Amino acid sequence: MLILRCPCCGVDAEETELAAGGEAHLKRFGPGSSDDDFHDYLFMRENPKGVHFERWRHANGCGKWFHVARCTRTLEVFGTYSAQTTEPPQEIKDAITAKRPGWTWREFS
Amino acid sequence: MSTRLTKQGRLIDRSKKISFTFNGTTMQGYAGDTLASALLANDQMMMGRSFKYHRPRGVVASGAEEPNALVGLGQGNRFEPNQRATTTELFNGLTSVSQNHWPNLDFDIGAVNTALARFLPAGFYYKTFIHPKPFWKHIYEPFIRQSAGLGKAPDKDSRDADTYEHFYAFTDVLVIGGGVAGLQAARAAAQSGAKVMLIEQSAHWGGRAPVDGGTVDGQPVDKFVEQLVSELETMKNVTLRNRCMGAGVYDHGYALGYERLTDHNPGMQGPRHRLWRIRAKQIVTATGAIERPLSFAGNDVPGVMLASAMRDYLVNWGVVPGERVIIATNNDDAYRSAILLKQAGVDVLRVVDARATAGPLAEEARQLGIRVDPGKAIAKVKGGKRVKSVQLCNQDGIGGAREEVEADAVAMSGGWSPVVHLWSHCGGKLIWDEAQAHFRPDPTRPPLGADGEGFVIAAGSANGPLALGDILADADAAGKAAAKAAGHKPKRAKAPVGEASSEAPMEPVWLMPANADIQLRGKAWLDFQNDVKVSDVQLAAREGYESVEHTKRYTTLGMATDQGKLSNINGLAILANALDAEIPQVGTTTFRPPYTPISMGAIGGEARGEVFQPIRQTPMHDWHDKHGADWEPVGHWRRTYAYVRPGESVHDAVNREVKNTRDNLGLLDASTLGKLIVKGPDAGRFLDMMYTNMMSTLKVGKCRYGLMCSENGFLIDDGVVARIDEDTWLCHTTTGGAERTHGHMEEWLQTEWWDWKVYVANVTEQYAQVAVVGPNARKVLEKLGGMDVSKEALPFMEWRDGKIGDFDCRAYRISFSGELSYEIAVPASQGQAFWDALLEAGQEFGVMPYGTECLHILRAEKGFIMIGDETDGTVIPQDLGLHWALSKKKEDYLGKRAHDRSHMTDPDRWKLVGLETVDGSVLPDGAYAVGEGVNANGQRNMIGRVTSTYYSANLGRGIAMGLIKHGPDRMGEIVEFPGTDDKIYKAKIVDPIFYDKDGEKQNV
Amino acid sequence: MKHYSAFAVAREALRYHTGWERAWRSPQPKKRYDAIIVGAGGHGLATAYYLGRNYGIQNVAVIEKGWLGGGNTGRNTTIIRSNYLQDPSAALYERARSLYEDLSQELNYNIMFSPRGVIMLAQTQHEIRGYQRTAHANALQGVKTEWIGPQRVKELVPIINLDGPRYPVLGGLWQERGGTARHDAVAWGYARACSAMGMDIIQQCEVTGVRSDNGRVVGIDTTKGAIDCDKLGIVVAGHSGQLAEMAGFRLPLEAVALQALVSEPIKPCMDVVVMANTVHGYMSQSDKGEMVIGGGTDGFNNYTQRGSFHHIEETVRALVETFPMISRLKMLRQWGGIVDMTGDRSPILSKTPLGNCFINCGWGTGGFKAIPGSGWGMAQLMATGHSPLTEAFTLDRFKEGRFIDESVAAGVAH
Repeated sequence: MLILRCPCCGVDAEETELAAGGEAHLKRFGPGSSDDDFHDYLFMRENPKGVHFERWRHANGCGKWFHVARCTRTLEVFGTYSAQTTEPPQEIKDAITAKRPGWTWREFS
Repeated sequence: MSTRLTKQGRLIDRSKKISFTFNGTTMQGYAGDTLASALLANDQMMMGRSFKYHRPRGVVASGAEEPNALVGLGQGNRFEPNQRATTTELFNGLTSVSQNHWPNLDFDIGAVNTALARFLPAGFYYKTFIHPKPFWKHIYEPFIRQSAGLGKAPDKDSRDADTYEHFYAFTDVLVIGGGVAGLQAARAAAQSGAKVMLIEQSAHWGGRAPVDGGTVDGQPVDKFVEQLVSELETMKNVTLRNRCMGAGVYDHGYALGYERLTDHNPGMQGPRHRLWRIRAKQIVTATGAIERPLSFAGNDVPGVMLASAMRDYLVNWGVVPGERVIIATNNDDAYRSAILLKQAGVDVLRVVDARATAGPLAEEARQLGIRVDPGKAIAKVKGGKRVKSVQLCNQDGIGGAREEVEADAVAMSGGWSPVVHLWSHCGGKLIWDEAQAHFRPDPTRPPLGADGEGFVIAAGSANGPLALGDILADADAAGKAAAKAAGHKPKRAKAPVGEASSEAPMEPVWLMPANADIQLRGKAWLDFQNDVKVSDVQLAAREGYESVEHTKRYTTLGMATDQGKLSNINGLAILANALDAEIPQVGTTTFRPPYTPISMGAIGGEARGEVFQPIRQTPMHDWHDKHGADWEPVGHWRRTYAYVRPGESVHDAVNREVKNTRDNLGLLDASTLGKLIVKGPDAGRFLDMMYTNMMSTLKVGKCRYGLMCSENGFLIDDGVVARIDEDTWLCHTTTGGAERTHGHMEEWLQTEWWDWKVYVANVTEQYAQVAVVGPNARKVLEKLGGMDVSKEALPFMEWRDGKIGDFDCRAYRISFSGELSYEIAVPASQGQAFWDALLEAGQEFGVMPYGTECLHILRAEKGFIMIGDETDGTVIPQDLGLHWALSKKKEDYLGKRAHDRSHMTDPDRWKLVGLETVDGSVLPDGAYAVGEGVNANGQRNMIGRVTSTYYSANLGRGIAMGLIKHGPDRMGEIVEFPGTDDKIYKAKIVDPIFYDKDGEKQNV
Repeated sequence: MKHYSAFAVAREALRYHTGWERAWRSPQPKKRYDAIIVGAGGHGLATAYYLGRNYGIQNVAVIEKGWLGGGNTGRNTTIIRSNYLQDPSAALYERARSLYEDLSQELNYNIMFSPRGVIMLAQTQHEIRGYQRTAHANALQGVKTEWIGPQRVKELVPIINLDGPRYPVLGGLWQERGGTARHDAVAWGYARACSAMGMDIIQQCEVTGVRSDNGRVVGIDTTKGAIDCDKLGIVVAGHSGQLAEMAGFRLPLEAVALQALVSEPIKPCMDVVVMANTVHGYMSQSDKGEMVIGGGTDGFNNYTQRGSFHHIEETVRALVETFPMISRLKMLRQWGGIVDMTGDRSPILSKTPLGNCFINCGWGTGGFKAIPGSGWGMAQLMATGHSPLTEAFTLDRFKEGRFIDESVAAGVAH
């Protein structure tokens, strides 16, 4: 039963207020992209046992999407941040480094 | 015999007699009794039968850990099986029945299993009942099922007469357990100003301490408890709930409290149970410890009890379980029971202490004249339904040279195990404490919360300490630590100082006698309810079921309704010994919620019957209901399937509506269709991505039918889009699709094109929308007057704002039926009035309302697809011949890239066609068309399927649509559809437009 | 291997069961095997078993990080059915179901397959159409199912409430030969049979690396040393991603928690398995008497084997509506397992980019029922390079857009 702070409205939201939205920071591949790129974009997920970045929507709240940095092994939450970004902000990365030195996730570390 | 003493019993009120029944016999007890104490007071030691061998079972414990004394409680719509007598508070008129026997408790046919026990060891069913094969289903399994199961099932049609509710609570510190540790932890936390919630499963505060005795700050411990409770009651930041069990601890500080509000007094008003959903910053588990049985032969005979339970029955309820008692122990605590029993006048024959030396309590016992035998053990307890005698031997041996002593009760104490369940539910780890021979919470590896820090602190005996002084000090520290971790500053108040008699160290004794022979081991019970013996665990180990999970599952150890509260550690120790391993290496099984079973009713909460799920209703819902609506759930909505008139079948009604709409005038409540406003400078560009068609070029005042695909290419929704003004579009969605489509749009707007200036609002419920359909549609609107709805003023696929009659409205000239048709939106509050006005004005034009089935048939006659019928999440627009709706001009839209994948462009994909049965009958829904032969897996080759099939009253025949391999190239061919009724339906492949192919009816 | 029978039990009883031998040996790994299966769950053990039984490949090791059968094989709700809509699924699950029929006899281990029948309730018009479609498909696929009306549902399930105010029961899809089996026994029975064939089941042995040469697998590194092999099968459910990474490829999977619960045991009151997909709940009664209830998955990645309680609430709420008499029963235990979900929620049984390395994963919420069929197909694929049972379940189907989507009938939980 997660609690995540919605960075948009500031509410510590109960899991029942939230809808999970899968992996964050996907790069969309559209017409003209290769079969491999398109396949990876749709189906290939990091699925890590550890540090993960994912999307949530404060569905039964302010309705806004946001991003969460979370550990899938312990459910520890390193931070939440705006969905309107293509990479995790530095303070989120720092927060993870403080707890999980040496972490990497896709091209981020 | 077990009996009530004339004195003692701190919890009972002898002035209040209570009458209850057990197996039909009326008995008396006192207010404050539990069912178990009252039964014992009535000399009813035997309370049930065990699960597998149907052995007689007496009460063994006094609380939540009880495995044996389970009863069926109440009657009719209030019957509840498997209720523990030890935690059932007695009330007037309580009815109880014992379980798992036939014909009755005393004489049970199933007890033949006891005689056969030797042939029914752990896992015997895996090795037998294999041949002959049909016997398993018809003979063996029904027999096993009937003899398994514990309590009687409630009546098949019974409806729970009680109600349930959910509460939410948010607190800084949740303390679970209202014994001295929980109370002190709560006080220490609350003194910091932290918000504290303290829950206790029983009706009483103080836990075991008032029974066990001792002093706190110089006064008797029960006085200390009293004062502490009063103090907490006056603190505004403290919430106290008794009869409220901590059922489970979950991630991020979530905990469940299970409050039994009326179980002790079913006459009370209000819900029976309340499920508390608690969010705590910190949780203190002050859940106490549970005494372990000793494993000796015959330890399951009624009359053998935990030493602490015997003490509880005496001190709390003034009940003694026997007249001649033998006590077996490996620790000093059991001497407390010996002393109290002796002082109460019970003949305490012997304390059999497996240790060579005991502590000061033993000395005290001796001085009272109790014989203490060090180094001794119980070899065997004899007796069937009641202890008759006890054979004693040396602990260090195989059980020879026995001395037999007549006795009618045996108390056993194998040491204490902290209740670590709630600590463990969410991942807290345990360490093995050699000195106490138990697992206790490892404070360095607590359950981790959202911040990655521990959020559970164990306190008191739940944390290991067993002496009163240590317990209070530990609890005080835990309360302060919890408050601090929750962001408060604990006071420097001194912890209360508790004192109790000192104790000599216990010695682990896992088997009595230590080298008991196989006959004795085969009679030494570990799990009393599930009938698992020492020999069963040893058998499991011998056969290679070495992991603790294997052993548990193979023997069913710890899988009974008590979830192994008494049996797990003892079983584990036997397993470790059999494997020649250390206990901590073997480890425990996983602790899972709930701590003790909680009612399904409480889990479900208030949402029952009418309020199970909200029903969405249109503004005209009540009118439909009064006019024969046959309702159909569509998403959370209710829609009218057909308006059935008296004397009509539903089918008749549908046919009538279909014909009338084509011939005269039909009205459809289309309010449930989703309506999304998409607005902003980038709205056109955005809709061009959402829809496969071009929406940005739509002219203001015009409408366009649009398709939506997922990024994976599959059709997900459709609907008519209207351009309202330069930067505003209104998108219609399917009935079930409004919220989903709104969410879909928001997702892309917020997470992909967040710099686009677009705003989406769901205005579905702001409008009532009525489809006015049929040759007389224009006439009825013209009669109401207002806006010009002529062909010229409001052409097909356009919309206008204006007035019809007195109603402000937006009229869309769109058609899902092929008829002259207007969909008219009015403010929701005007919906019913507008509907009434249309019906009244329409009288002369033959108006009739029509439902969803008629809608479906009308669209099918025209070959219009329906999301959910022609599509199922695997269909792409190309399959449905909707190439025209796939913009060639746009570089990109959701789904476009997906359509390029090899399987999507495969010419063998099944394509939409019309299907006309050769004999005019209606094709079965969901039928498949077959080709020649079978595939590599022996399945008949299929070449297509029916997607929609109806009887068309207008055409007087069955019509259908379907997806057929190479369908559009096979017009006129006959294909076969085997039905599940053994008939083969033959249908001709035709154009999907069955009615008014040239669209003349709508273009008037 | 000592034969199991009532006679053997009786004979052993005379010596207090001290004569039973190990159900499976506990060997040290050899230097080399013809085939190694990683993962001693039901699917892995069944794969090994059919490699030996059908193809004579008996120099096989099954490597297990923990204890055999310790993953989802022992955590599921034990439902067995094959009333799937799509051809490849129906073929695979029906093969499994029909193998289950004789498995106790074949393995000489009573796995308690109980073909008591499975009903999937239709509670909306949409579900009616979906299940009628499935019934038609099943008839052509050789899967015996039948559409039944509400009265027949009530006869089969006397405790059901047909007239729930929210979702009345409109009928159901009935598979008479569906049912349940004792989940642990399936793993144990296969393990015992594998061991009897001379295969090595090596527990408490974690794979730490996959060794390859020229694009072909040549062995694995483990906590018990390096082991060579000709062929490698990876059958590790929730940990497939980690193993694939060692083997140098990636998998389109996500791990989520799936939950289940049981009530306290009561005397028999429900003889069939009931699945109610509209309200998301399914329930059967075990031979022990517990009501076994399956819940939903969380929407987020999770390796904790713990789910969120609100899913338990939702499931129980729905089932109390459907079976009102359970309201006064009590939940005895809830638990969670980690399941790996693919993009179309159907499994992957496939060759991989690494030569002679095969993968079996992605069973999502429905793997138990498939165990014998999955093992059968995987063994054929590993032994011969091709199996009609597995050919649709390849890893590359996502690239082609060739999905096996079972949710189309009515959002069916598997």
